Amino acid sequence: MSLSGAWYLGLAAVVFTIGAIGLLVRRNVLIMFMCIELMLNAANLTFVTFARMLNDIGGQAVVFFVLVVAAAEVVVGLGIVVTNYRRRATTMADDMNALKG
Amino acid sequence: MPHAALLLASTRPTWPDVLVFAAAATVILIGAVGVVVSRNPVHAALSLVMTLFGVAVLFIEQEADFLAAVQIIVYAGAIVVLFLFVIMFLGVDRAEDVNVEPLGGQRPLAVVCAVITLGGVLAMAATSHWVTGAHQVVGPIQGHVAGPNSPAGEPAQLGKQLFTTYLFAFEATAALLVIAVVGAVVLARRPPTAEAEQDESDESELPA
Repeated sequence: MSLSGAWYLGLAAVVFTIGAIGLLVRRNVLIMFMCIELMLNAANLTFVTFARMLNDIGGQAVVFFVLVVAAAEVVVGLGIVVTNYRRRATTMADDMNALKG
Repeated sequence: MPHAALLLASTRPTWPDVLVFAAAATVILIGAVGVVVSRNPVHAALSLVMTLFGVAVLFIEQEADFLAAVQIIVYAGAIVVLFLFVIMFLGVDRAEDVNVEPLGGQRPLAVVCAVITLGGVLAMAATSHWVTGAHQVVGPIQGHVAGPNSPAGEPAQLGKQLFTTYLFAFEATAALLVIAVVGAVVLARRPPTAEAEQDESDESELPA
């Protein structure tokens, strides 16, 4: 018997919080993307934990779809980063101020 | 988490489970903090790999073997490699000064907001049930798919559900992936403008 789900959910909440702090604090777009991946992983962990607690495979199916969407998001996001880098030679969010009033 | 301690007392896990969870949780938290505090984007990506491996261990611990394998293959094998490729391709693998704070008071505010969020989630969980709802609505995690001779276990169940209950969503993700690939190609392709042609002619004039 593995540990009670409460431990997994608490850990996932902590990881999600760390990812949120990183997303708010860091300026490098690439690292902000990695923090989004951290938050997605925390959500995946809660889905798998709930799947085990309810003995329902549906939670794991959702995790599968989250993985696919995360892959698509990273592909498009990094494409935008590369395109932006060609124009402005930076990956810092602060320097992307072309629309600044 | 008093509620967590209460739940723990009622289930009695064995010591290897506690050990595996403690080790995986340590790895996950060290990796997560590493992503946030690393100056070098390459180090952040490697810390992310560490976290992903820890999460995969916890997936195995919770009877999600197939998802653990997919986690390693897709996340650690494809997504992080894509991150590293872009970091190296753009040449932004220099150390970044993380001590400067361009927006005054942003970091304390971020930490306060995050702590409020975490406290809210944990308080909500401690004062209510962790999980409510009916069991086995879609299907059990383990067990034979159809008859006694059919494949059993979590990958078989997941495959059956993906290709029956979630078939439409499955096909939609296939379309999503194709759209994402086409979009990435369009984004990364140099537009055939006069500027690009000028660049090409400049390159062709360079001595070999």
